[in-house]
Amino acid sequence: MKKIKVLILRTAGTNCDYETQAAFELCGAVVDCVHINTLIERKDKIFEYDILAFPGGFSYGDDIASGKILANEVKNKLGDEVREIALSGKPIIGICNGFQVLVKMGLLPDPKLFEQISTLSYNDSDKFECRWVYLKTEKKVKNESSCIWTKNLPDIISLPIAHGEGKFIPGDKKLLDILNKNNQIVFRYSAKDGSDPGYPLAPNGSVEQIAGICNTKGNVFGLMPHPERYVFALQHPAKEGFDGKYGCGRIIFQNAVNFVKWS
Amino acid sequence: MKSTTNCKIIEILNLSDEQLAELSRKNVLSLSLAEMKAVLDYFKKLKRNPTDVEMETIAQTWSEHCKHKTLTGIIEYTEEEESGKKTKRTYNNLLKETIFKATVELNKEWCLSVFEDNAGVIDFDSKNGVAFKVETHNHPSALEPYGGSATGIGGVIRDILGVGLGAKPLANTDVFCFGDPNTKASKVPEGMHHPKRIAKGVVSGVRDYGNRMGIPTVNGAVCFDEGYMANPLVYCGTMGIIPKNKIEKKVNSGDLILVAGGRTGRDGIHGATFSSVELDTESDVSAVQIGNPIVEKKVLDTMLKARDLNLYRAVTDCGAGGLSSAIGELGEKTGAVVYLDKVPLKYDGLYPWEIWISEAQERMVFAVPPENKKKIVEIFKKENVEAVFVGEFTNDGKLILVYNGDVVTSMDMSFLHGGIPKPTRPAVCKTKEEKVQKPVKMNSSEILEVLKASLADLNVCSKEWIIRQYDHEVQGQTIIKPLQGNSIEVSGPGDAAVVLPYTVVKGTKKGVVLSNGLNPQYGKINTYKMAASAIEESLRNAVAVGADIEKISVLDNFCWGDPNKPEILGSLVRAANACYDMSKAFGVPFISGKDSLNNEYSIGGKKYSIPPALLISAMGVIENVANTVTMPLKNKGNKIFVLGITRNEFGGSVLAKIKNIKTGVVPDVYPEESKVLMKKIYQAINKNFVESCHDCSEGGIAIAISEMAFASGKGVNINIDAVEVEIKNPLTVAEILFSESNGRFIVEVKPENEATFMEILNGSVFAEVGYVSDETKIVFESKKTKIMVQEQLEVLLNAWQNTIDW
Repeated sequence: MKKIKVLILRTAGTNCDYETQAAFELCGAVVDCVHINTLIERKDKIFEYDILAFPGGFSYGDDIASGKILANEVKNKLGDEVREIALSGKPIIGICNGFQVLVKMGLLPDPKLFEQISTLSYNDSDKFECRWVYLKTEKKVKNESSCIWTKNLPDIISLPIAHGEGKFIPGDKKLLDILNKNNQIVFRYSAKDGSDPGYPLAPNGSVEQIAGICNTKGNVFGLMPHPERYVFALQHPAKEGFDGKYGCGRIIFQNAVNFVKWS
Repeated sequence: MKSTTNCKIIEILNLSDEQLAELSRKNVLSLSLAEMKAVLDYFKKLKRNPTDVEMETIAQTWSEHCKHKTLTGIIEYTEEEESGKKTKRTYNNLLKETIFKATVELNKEWCLSVFEDNAGVIDFDSKNGVAFKVETHNHPSALEPYGGSATGIGGVIRDILGVGLGAKPLANTDVFCFGDPNTKASKVPEGMHHPKRIAKGVVSGVRDYGNRMGIPTVNGAVCFDEGYMANPLVYCGTMGIIPKNKIEKKVNSGDLILVAGGRTGRDGIHGATFSSVELDTESDVSAVQIGNPIVEKKVLDTMLKARDLNLYRAVTDCGAGGLSSAIGELGEKTGAVVYLDKVPLKYDGLYPWEIWISEAQERMVFAVPPENKKKIVEIFKKENVEAVFVGEFTNDGKLILVYNGDVVTSMDMSFLHGGIPKPTRPAVCKTKEEKVQKPVKMNSSEILEVLKASLADLNVCSKEWIIRQYDHEVQGQTIIKPLQGNSIEVSGPGDAAVVLPYTVVKGTKKGVVLSNGLNPQYGKINTYKMAASAIEESLRNAVAVGADIEKISVLDNFCWGDPNKPEILGSLVRAANACYDMSKAFGVPFISGKDSLNNEYSIGGKKYSIPPALLISAMGVIENVANTVTMPLKNKGNKIFVLGITRNEFGGSVLAKIKNIKTGVVPDVYPEESKVLMKKIYQAINKNFVESCHDCSEGGIAIAISEMAFASGKGVNINIDAVEVEIKNPLTVAEILFSESNGRFIVEVKPENEATFMEILNGSVFAEVGYVSDETKIVFESKKTKIMVQEQLEVLLNAWQNTIDW
């Protein structure tokens, strides 16, 4: 059977590439971590891949604002190619800094528009924080969202976050309504029982506790928490997992690999 | 050789002794008169005066920071007992006769590289080794806390990149000693930063550098004491993984010298020599380096690629002493010629000597066979890393530096590395008999107050404010985390961290355990016991999560005052002796270490030394990370055991501080007892008979059990009368609860495993003292004395958490 090929885009300051690679490999994919300079030299190479991942880190030191420089670089030098892939329906994921990049180049929430209409800003706590949080997918979203990445997940999962600029702010109320209406808000920070969390389980002050969103088509997905850091039960602080062995994060990567496999 | 606009001849041939000393002082050379005279003799033979480049090269090569001349020099040591009895011993090389000697005698076959490279390396599996190094960056952090600590962590990461042919960093550790953050502003010495400002700046520096490097900070400690007010201690450590066939480096004559990474600027001039001078209001901030983690991250990414393609034969980092130190070390056996004008600069206007000794950050030096010249530069260039050839390794044993066609340095490597005269220093230690304090009698409510005060004590309280600012999860390999809870909402202080390097070694089950031990309070009374306790604490911490003491190695980091003062040096000798004794007794080898001396500062002309501090950092290999435990209690009904003997030991304890008790015996170490116990605990954990385990240290049993309880949200009932205590010096209930005796653990066991567990422990001292309750409170009870201490977990948790909430 044909191997599913994943491209992880690297640049100066990328630092979650190894574990993101490991997560996709666990799900049976073949992964290349490619530096953006290499990709810019050979733009067509990007079309050889089935899945595109923007990993976490501090691209270019997060100077100016988190993810901003890489967002501009991708948009200016690979914008046509990346947008084409997004519109073609291939899975694209942005994790943490990768989410910031997708939002700041405007690939999320609307790759057709391809303009920045929302942002990820400084945490309300005004500091970088690393902790585990609960994420909730609402019933309606669960049933109706087209997101290919979040299928088959328990209603409430836990994942670690590690960021200083994770407060999601949509450009205006209208956009927030659209995101809600289209079931694009796939993850919200939550308490263990699904109720509204206070700080620190709501780690950054995101509008409506937004932790992860997708485009309307459901193939482009960005989130602040790190699913690649919870692919084994052992990685959980209390060693919890499903099947006694795996972490919930793994399902997210498996979903994308399966999606490509069966489409 | 002649004076040019860029290079001056330093007139020394006709100088008197006083003038030589003055020259050393004026130019921050930090060379003693004997050393200046050795320089004079060498240049007399050459029949010329040295250039400024040569003087600076000698000064940094011979600096305490680079040469460790105190620990490797001659020490005439006298130990004087109260009775007046004196014991004398001369050390020709303290390091070789204590710490290193133990390693040689233990001769562990799993030690792959010890005390010779930028880090110590031990065996991980059949293909890989793991390297560990801990460094200090104290003086820079005093002057510029953020930049000082950032470049501290940046520097030790480069040590790991520069071990063998380069290791991949997997985890960072950080340990700090600060002044009291609640010090009144008026009490802060003039010209010094407030301790809280230093603490916040240092934490931010480590955070921003470590996080951007993508290396999780997984283990650490913080100690507050007013003695560190103007001279904080900043220890930064990095652990990395390296293929076994990349551990050796060898420079060949004809290899090209490649400098890759950051550009050279005026930052960090005299960093190596400045670290040997006490701090005062005149200390120069330009001695502090400027860090850029993203440049270093790019170097890391690219150099590991070049390593795997075998494109270079040797590498080392530019740390203290800059290019001078890096190229000097690599070319020691061959000789080297360097064209200083080829070194890429941040800006124009640097003198040749500044280029040569600048400690600008993020630079690595490689020895590249000429045939790989193109390929290696290509790899760096592809990811926008500047890499420039600046010279080559020769075969004449000379160091030749050329600037714009002029030879500005021509010296023998043998003089540079071997010409330093060995100093002889007297050292004295006056030992005092420690006396047991008056019995500490407290009623139930007084005990509760002390419990809460201990939990809130700066040296016991939660360091969550710091820990959460570090990404301790990046790389996804932190299996045992610094903060541990039974659910993600609660957390207690973990004993050690365990890293599973599965992204590098696919499919591995093996983990690397990292822990530390440090207790300067004990050192104020007895540095031998401080060192012994630090070693045991680091081992206990590792064993508490499931490490096998047979596979643990340790690092030493001495931070001391001025070694020219015999009593200060004497206290160091005593600590070094403890290192030898404990290393041998526990069978745990030292694999690397570092010393930072001259931690002194002057206020109003009066000099103050820091309380001596020996940080012991432990690294071990765990066979299967699934067989590890954390410290929160797990389930109601489970039994709680105290392992080890509780002795009447309160010297330097938290209780002594809170109750202002001036007497007391400093906790001693009984390695014969402890080692056997540690082996049994390993056996029990490895066979999954242990639910949770916690090291008993600062604050004693009461603190350890409280922490286990509030980290789980589960209550406990403890019978204090059941704890095994020494008979010689009987303890009160309060003393049993707060004694800081070494060699003790708290362990939780399921009722059905109790019998087997006790069988494993047979022969060691232990006692079942209580059980996990289904309430949310802690109960300590002594029926004998009718004492009953109880408190809600939440109250204790708050006491622990609220001290540092900045």
